Amino acid sequence: MTEKPKVGVYVCHCGINISATVDVDAVAEYAQKLPNVVVARTYSYMCSDPGQSLIKNDIRELGLNRVVVASCSPRMHEPTFRKAIREAGINPYFLEMTNIREQCSWVHEDKEEGTAKAKKLVKASVAKARLLEALESKEVDAEPAALIIGAGIAGIQAALDIADAGFKVYLVEKTPSVGGRMAQLDKTFPTLDCSACILTPKMVDCASHPNIELMSYSEVEKVDGFIGNFDVKVRKKARYVDFGKCTGCGDCAAECRVKDRIPSEFDQGMGKRSAIYLPFPQAVPAKYTIDPESCLFLTRGKCGKNPKCQEVCRAEAINFDQEDEIVEFKVGAIIVATGFDPFDASRKPEYGYADYPNVITGMEMERLVSASGPTGGKVKVFNSEEEIEPKEIAFINCVGSRDKSVGNEYCSRVCCMYTAKQAHLIRDKIPDANIRVYYIDVRAFGKGYEEFYDRVRRENIRYIRGNPSEIFKRGNKLVVKVEDTLTATPLEDEVDLVVLGVGLEPRADMRQVMDLLRLSQSPDRFFLEAHPKLRPVDTATEGIFLAGCCQGPKDIPDTVAQAKAAASSAMIPLARGKVMIGAQVATVNEATCRGCGFCVNICPYTAIELVTVNRFGNEVEVARVNEALCKGCGSCSAACLSDSIQPKSFRDRQILPQIAALGAMK
Amino acid sequence: MSADYEPNIVAFLCNWCSYAGADLAGTSRVHYPANVQVIRVMCSGRVNPLYVMNALQQGADGVLVSGCHPGDCHYMEGNFRARRRLGMLKSLMEFVGVDPRRFHMSWVSASEGHKWKEVVEKTVEDAREAGPFEGFRRQQIDW
Repeated sequence: MTEKPKVGVYVCHCGINISATVDVDAVAEYAQKLPNVVVARTYSYMCSDPGQSLIKNDIRELGLNRVVVASCSPRMHEPTFRKAIREAGINPYFLEMTNIREQCSWVHEDKEEGTAKAKKLVKASVAKARLLEALESKEVDAEPAALIIGAGIAGIQAALDIADAGFKVYLVEKTPSVGGRMAQLDKTFPTLDCSACILTPKMVDCASHPNIELMSYSEVEKVDGFIGNFDVKVRKKARYVDFGKCTGCGDCAAECRVKDRIPSEFDQGMGKRSAIYLPFPQAVPAKYTIDPESCLFLTRGKCGKNPKCQEVCRAEAINFDQEDEIVEFKVGAIIVATGFDPFDASRKPEYGYADYPNVITGMEMERLVSASGPTGGKVKVFNSEEEIEPKEIAFINCVGSRDKSVGNEYCSRVCCMYTAKQAHLIRDKIPDANIRVYYIDVRAFGKGYEEFYDRVRRENIRYIRGNPSEIFKRGNKLVVKVEDTLTATPLEDEVDLVVLGVGLEPRADMRQVMDLLRLSQSPDRFFLEAHPKLRPVDTATEGIFLAGCCQGPKDIPDTVAQAKAAASSAMIPLARGKVMIGAQVATVNEATCRGCGFCVNICPYTAIELVTVNRFGNEVEVARVNEALCKGCGSCSAACLSDSIQPKSFRDRQILPQIAALGAMK
Repeated sequence: MSADYEPNIVAFLCNWCSYAGADLAGTSRVHYPANVQVIRVMCSGRVNPLYVMNALQQGADGVLVSGCHPGDCHYMEGNFRARRRLGMLKSLMEFVGVDPRRFHMSWVSASEGHKWKEVVEKTVEDAREAGPFEGFRRQQIDW
């Protein structure tokens, strides 16, 4: 560093966001007197075009070589100002931002305190800025392929978009079939499109698309690397059925010894399946799978004389010796589309879901009204002994949503509408039924939703405002205890069937995905996006995107929109074929490194290795950093005994002056 | 300890969780004391234990290091390293006679703006109770 530092300090008003609590002029005046500061200015919006021009002009005219911008969080505008100073001809890493908005003006009320703190923070930034070094980002090739985790409607849509654009897609699905939750739905609100009719063509497309490699009944085991270059390891679980040979005829399932004894996951446990099964008739791929937990041969080692499925399979596809297979490949981007779990209604014991068979969830109702469901689309319930058609039906909304007692403060966004839709479907099937919906508020916010809700109400479906406190049994009836809050009347409503409008929750296995990809959760426990408004499908990790309900409850149109957004974002590195990799990596001073290898053991990315160099005629070992693997965390540096390994932009000699600046002003 | 004593606290926050959490506190307009000044580092694992001592030497009355929740580190295990190193430092500080209330470690995620406020309040309160640090001050140099 030969040039003398010439620092420009730019203090932003951010309208009144900053200037209301921080005297920006006083801060600039103070900064002007700091060592090496050539100019200090304020401006109403530093990020605006004129604001940026102000900085650029000063760089050109005053020959500034370091810039400090005191404004919002660097997480917000660091890229903006980096770009600006680069355009003015200086290295983009000669920028230091001072966060005087999110961590100062917005959190303090006293203007004097806010101003004093802002001054200190600016002083620390100037102290660091003087010692910043020029860095160059490197470009590396990006693998023109994407990994999509989860093949519900979000994953399917994203896969199709990326594949249609000409890139390779690896679509990994945990269960034996693609389709996800949408495949379980009967009709979709508000248009009453048959869910299967609009979904199955897409399911078939993604299985037959030449650019999509569909891995059903598989799980992602490991992801390493970075944007453009992720190394992925997938476990294809043993199906015990030869994928190539199985014709999907179904003879095996018909003969299985535990036929109709295993609760079907697809039918929410209301229908039964065999141990060898196809989750549902339209499943893609149409290949059978043996459930290792219920197959007699796999659990007990014996199934009659010979497993029946093996006997009847003409394709000789059954193979009990099959083992899990590990597949490895490289991708440039990843989309997480892992979906949701419906709220477990037994967590609201007052509604008796676990005790009364005639209290069912909305998801179970979907299967019950579906023509392909366990009852062939007939809505029937068991009334103690006999099977009856329910005439008195109550829906309860907000079960497990907007409910602090179960830890879910959020609105699940779909329950009001699916309840309305189910009420409508039952009205079609049982014209003389008495249907009522207990609600807190009805949220019909989407396109055509309010109109649909209005239509349903006119179909003689009563909406009663009240949140039921209890459901209990009286004779053959269920009693819903509730207060009608519009008339302040306590009610005891006797019904045959209660449908709980259960909300959407983060998946129980979400922790697994978090650990795999280092994702964070928002307060509602769904995955956290990079910015709630401007980067709703990005994550904090570059190259990893979110689609669908894993990011928060969504209806189908929003899920598809988000999937398309994620696909288009994921395609940016794939289409460019190149990605910039971070310049803020660790570097070793080989003259002082003693080759102890502590850093080698500490690095979680195996980015450091010991190499032999010649030091004054002696062969010595020193650490060397592979810049493509290093992510710049700096953990190595904190462990280095001789301070030889240092992350660029966060070197000891850059941080210590910051500490001194913050400490010294007593 | 004077009544108008305001502790000076230096905090090291990891970029991915705690710094983002502190940003969220701002976006949510959560109010907290102005005594804490933040230095952003990429990972809590970057915080050399000597930084903590250095801060005390340079005039801080308390130091806070905050990272992602254990197991949630953006760099996989950096916060585990921090937890070990700084945990050891804390016992060492006690051993050499520095009030342990001057040093705090916390785990604040990107969505825990309110927790950040609580952490700041607790850190400030503890440092206030501990009083102005009169220990091994370095001679003050104005760089």
